[in-house]
Amino acid sequence: MLDVIGVTKRFGGVVATDAVSLSVPAGSISALIGPNGAGKTTLFAQISGFVKPDAGEIRFEGASLLGRAPEEICALGVVRTFQIVQPFAGLTVRENIAVGAHLHRRRRREALDHADAVAERVGLGPQRDKQAAALTIAGRKRLELAKALATDPKLILLDEVMAGLNPSEIDEIIPVIRAVRQSGVTVLLIEHVMRAVMNLSERVWVLNDGALIADGTPAAIAADARVIEAYLGHGAASAPAAAATAHA
Amino acid sequence: MPRSLQIALFVAAMAPLPLVIGSEFWLAWTTLALFYAYLGQSWNILAGYGGQFSFGHALFFGSGAYATAMLQIHLGLNAWAGFLLAAAAAAAVGAAVGYLVFRYGLRGSYFALVTLAFAEAFRVVANSLGITGGGVGLLVPLKPSVATMQFPEKSGFFWLVLALVGLGLILTAWLERSRFGARLMAVRENEDAARAIGVDAFRTKLAALALSGALAGSAGAVYVQMYLYLDPGIAYGPGMSIEALLAPIVGGLGTIFGPVLGAFALHGIAEIGKVGLGQAPGLNLVLYGVLLVLMVMFMPNGLFGLGRVTLRRLLPGVRNA
Repeated sequence: MLDVIGVTKRFGGVVATDAVSLSVPAGSISALIGPNGAGKTTLFAQISGFVKPDAGEIRFEGASLLGRAPEEICALGVVRTFQIVQPFAGLTVRENIAVGAHLHRRRRREALDHADAVAERVGLGPQRDKQAAALTIAGRKRLELAKALATDPKLILLDEVMAGLNPSEIDEIIPVIRAVRQSGVTVLLIEHVMRAVMNLSERVWVLNDGALIADGTPAAIAADARVIEAYLGHGAASAPAAAATAHA
Repeated sequence: MPRSLQIALFVAAMAPLPLVIGSEFWLAWTTLALFYAYLGQSWNILAGYGGQFSFGHALFFGSGAYATAMLQIHLGLNAWAGFLLAAAAAAAVGAAVGYLVFRYGLRGSYFALVTLAFAEAFRVVANSLGITGGGVGLLVPLKPSVATMQFPEKSGFFWLVLALVGLGLILTAWLERSRFGARLMAVRENEDAARAIGVDAFRTKLAALALSGALAGSAGAVYVQMYLYLDPGIAYGPGMSIEALLAPIVGGLGTIFGPVLGAFALHGIAEIGKVGLGQAPGLNLVLYGVLLVLMVMFMPNGLFGLGRVTLRRLLPGVRNA
């Protein structure tokens, strides 16, 4: 469904994404993980048209996304959320979601009705008349998801929708994301909350310093020596083994 | 109360005023306050709903005024047709300026400065061309008749301007419950977030600027028939730009009735100022300046915002008055 082929982006001397290639099958939930600064959000920004890659190709359902504006890419069915939530603060929750709903609905009534339905789906139903600025961080994360869902996407890119949530809030949002996939939307998520990654995703890609260093099932990734080193530092992967030998 | 009913009530309450007001002075005063309410509504649509703060709205006012005045004088065009063409000309100026400004991604204070610069540039051009009468200005021939939009009775202008204010109110109410308005407010709140969920921010801002320009340009056309004289300072000078932005800021940005409330409050204060402080020229501008500073510091939501806060304090539980 989504094919990222050799996408490279440099900011000055920093290579944010280094010839990244990955391919997301339709109907799946997959995750993109990696330490801070690995280039995950930059990759999302390139897929969604906010940042132009220096090299490489991005295709969605066979059509190139390169050179298209964010709003055009959204109209094709690829929508992103923002890691730092971007609510329309002066509008109510319903009005926020309705902006997304208007993409495929001209009439105000239809857009508001759809906004109500989406608010229910993400658990914001009781708060839909609140000003977006009055929501808690968990509420804003849900709103971010709701605004994106209201555009009727085929593929949704979720950038750390669980960051800043407490464990019970995370437990609440996991089934919401699973239900999104159930409704036929393909999900690609950036996430640091490993419990959620393990729980939700069928496939995981690991980025480190802009380059893909591993991909596979969550279980395989968790055992991968390169991944452990990327997260915990050089030599970390052999340490448990050494410790185990010492104890024996 | 639904918006449409509020607007109907307002217009119905205002309409009989010329029959009630005996004094010519107060009729002229009310007409002028309504006129600035209409001009303010034009600014409110762009800045209050779209978040694009223009400091040079005289650009559109003046372009509309010059368009109709020149067509009347040089080609003998009817003033009502001139009114429509003035709106179209100012919309075209808005679209052209918007295309340049938004294409290059100018936002916030840069947008404000560019509109100011364009208004000044147009003033200089109008000052030096023959067709605009240069610095001497244009005198529109007096032909009193309803057909020439030069009403023999002053009440004619009152009703014309009141109708325009009603139109501006309806347009703004439509904005609050339409797709275009929803997109415009989304762009105001957060442009990147709006684009991410499919809003074409460039086209939305361009349309808002053209619409706002059309309203300001039509106000210019009415001004020409009211005063029958136009020069570059009146048309493109900062005076009109300030009037356009003060009324909505004082009344309440991004509210339907804000510009109306603001225009009446401002011109009431200016009148009191004249009585209390004498008729020194420019004094009203000093007063406006002081008022603007005070409003921005203490009442950033305008008189409407103040009303809402007071109501909430008096009646806990009232959320949206």
